[in-house]
Amino acid sequence: MNTWKTLVGLTAGLMAMTGMVGIAMAQTSLTLFSPNDQAAVAYTEEMVAAFEAANPDISVEIEVGPGGTERDNMVKSRLATGTMNDVFVYNTGSLFQAINPIQTTTDLSAEPYMATILDSFKQTVTATDGTLHGVPYGQAMGGGILYNKKIYEELGLSVPTTWDEFMANNAKIKEAGKAPVIQTFGDTWTSQLFVLADYFNVQAAEPDFATKYTANEAKYAGNPAAMGGFQKQADVFNAGDLNEDFGAAVLDDGLRMLAQGEGAHYPMLTFAVGTIAQNYPDLVSDVGYFALPGNDAAKNGTTVWMPTALYISASSPNQEAAKKLVAFVASKQGGCDPWVKINAITGPFLIQGCELPADVPPAVADLQTYFTADGRTAPALEFLSPVKGPNLENITVEVGSGIRTPEDAAALYDEDVKKQAQQLGLPGW
Amino acid sequence: MSVATATEATIGHGPVRAGKRETAYPGWFLLPAAVIYAVLFLLPTISSLYFSLTRWTLFDATFIGFENFAQFFREPFLVKGLVNTVIYAVVTSSMKVVLGMALALLLTSRIVARGYLRSVVFFPVLVSTIGVGITFTVLMHPTNGMINEGLALLGVKGPGWLTNPNLALFSVALVDVWKGVGLATVIYIAGLVAIPKDYYEAARIDGATPWQNFWFVTLPLSRPATATVITLSFIGGLRTFDLIWAMTKGGPGFASDTIASVIYKQYQAGFFGLSTAGNVVLFILIAILVVPLTMLLNRKRGHE
Repeated sequence: MNTWKTLVGLTAGLMAMTGMVGIAMAQTSLTLFSPNDQAAVAYTEEMVAAFEAANPDISVEIEVGPGGTERDNMVKSRLATGTMNDVFVYNTGSLFQAINPIQTTTDLSAEPYMATILDSFKQTVTATDGTLHGVPYGQAMGGGILYNKKIYEELGLSVPTTWDEFMANNAKIKEAGKAPVIQTFGDTWTSQLFVLADYFNVQAAEPDFATKYTANEAKYAGNPAAMGGFQKQADVFNAGDLNEDFGAAVLDDGLRMLAQGEGAHYPMLTFAVGTIAQNYPDLVSDVGYFALPGNDAAKNGTTVWMPTALYISASSPNQEAAKKLVAFVASKQGGCDPWVKINAITGPFLIQGCELPADVPPAVADLQTYFTADGRTAPALEFLSPVKGPNLENITVEVGSGIRTPEDAAALYDEDVKKQAQQLGLPGW
Repeated sequence: MSVATATEATIGHGPVRAGKRETAYPGWFLLPAAVIYAVLFLLPTISSLYFSLTRWTLFDATFIGFENFAQFFREPFLVKGLVNTVIYAVVTSSMKVVLGMALALLLTSRIVARGYLRSVVFFPVLVSTIGVGITFTVLMHPTNGMINEGLALLGVKGPGWLTNPNLALFSVALVDVWKGVGLATVIYIAGLVAIPKDYYEAARIDGATPWQNFWFVTLPLSRPATATVITLSFIGGLRTFDLIWAMTKGGPGFASDTIASVIYKQYQAGFFGLSTAGNVVLFILIAILVVPLTMLLNRKRGHE
């Protein structure tokens, strides 16, 4: 009798346990390490909601991480210790190479959707062994000058195609009592735009700069073309063209000043148009975009940035579910439609079959015109060479605040990149 | 050590051979602490010495000899960080000595609400450093900050406290003094209260002025308190990181970098070997500066 009861109890218990296992198998929970800028957070929430609706058996928890160097720090530590979220968003290009992607992230080369992603993006998530590791988490961006169109209309200015025209415009804007150039060194990374966005002009003068640079054959110091960005930053400081609080202002301050017309030019990436659209929906139509001018009007074009990418952590136990999420982000429904829905269009999509809506903000339309002509866009140096020094943003803050001369800064930066190249084990360093 | 030997000699245990000394506890009793000590302190110290000699990606390490140390001293902003660290430590500890003494004199004199005022001066010590840093960053904003807006009311155009490269380090040091002076004051109050009243009476009979009172009685007799304040604030200044990071992140540019913030930046950039080498340098620097200082202070204490 007793034995019988025990048996019944055991069976019931076993059945209950299998039932629980069944439920646990059906419901997979993923965590996603998301960027913290407003547009990306809004997109992530929208995209995850759509994904969960299509995949009721998978739930996704969003963790918003920091940006800039804090993010580099966290991503590297988490990957190295095997504590990274199942899927995470991180930079492409040189920073992608620095996270040791072959060991730390899942190889996605065999996924069918890779055929629908544009090659210009794929090369930025290709590891040194030729495998592909990420899908685009956003749109291509331009890096150049965001400007206030109202100020241009009021003062009768036209979009400059040479640096001298740009400085002439600045003089007139200053006379009218507005800040010609907005700088925001409170967010140190924003100080790099003069140097980074000048790369179109560098490669127009020296087409093989990136290859030589990676091989330790080309330097910034003593090279007038390469140093152009440092020089331009010094020019605007020396002319007294900056907003008064340039040393303490942050990105959001800069975007507010630009949108509300307190400042005329803001060297920035066009992803910021998405943030303006979120914070000042009425004013986004006042913001336009032009390439950072070089010395030759005939060679005018813009430097282009690839968006961040979504990667799967190699240590994640939920590879299958994670792959479903990544496939969703690589599709039109997951990778394009949510951006359109939240109205954060910042540049062309990198997934085939995605079209920009007709009513994009003027800054994005301005950017589009560069893509329609041949030879008017060039990828930023960080997508052509893994060599990028970690201290560039501090050096450009110094140049932009008049602490260091462009020549000195270029020499210092050459020394800074050496460490990075050695750490990556590149030949020739 | 000398004290221990002396005690044993007087008790008359005779010579004790090293390693055979009896303790009150059996070996297994000490084992847990020994394991914790080895795993959490000994092992990391030794391995960090090794990794400081490598180019380390956290996944694999290439042995490169003393290249990291050479690199560390070759770079202008790393050396600048070193210089800034010493400036910062000297400025903060000397200001804490002067202000701490002045405040202690005030708070040991007969004033109203003395107990309340004493606690008020100590409050900043209790507040989180990061919180203080963020608050003062807002207050010191060049255009919207309360400090410069207040100065503007007086018709003075305030400087960029944290954005002027010549000022940034000293602005942070000022905040450090504000936050840390309470501790120095409390130590000085204890020191001043311990001075016997007889000295002051004798000085009064000799017709000493208040200034002579301070210079020849108070100051020499509060030397132990001065020694404590200097040691504590100097070590604190040398390894300062949190306040600098919260307020300027070493900026603008490299103007307020200290050795600790430089090390942290190397770590952020993924130069793990280099940042470990930096920590070894910091360890040696603190040892070089503090060991003689402590010996000096101990010697003086022996004289009294």
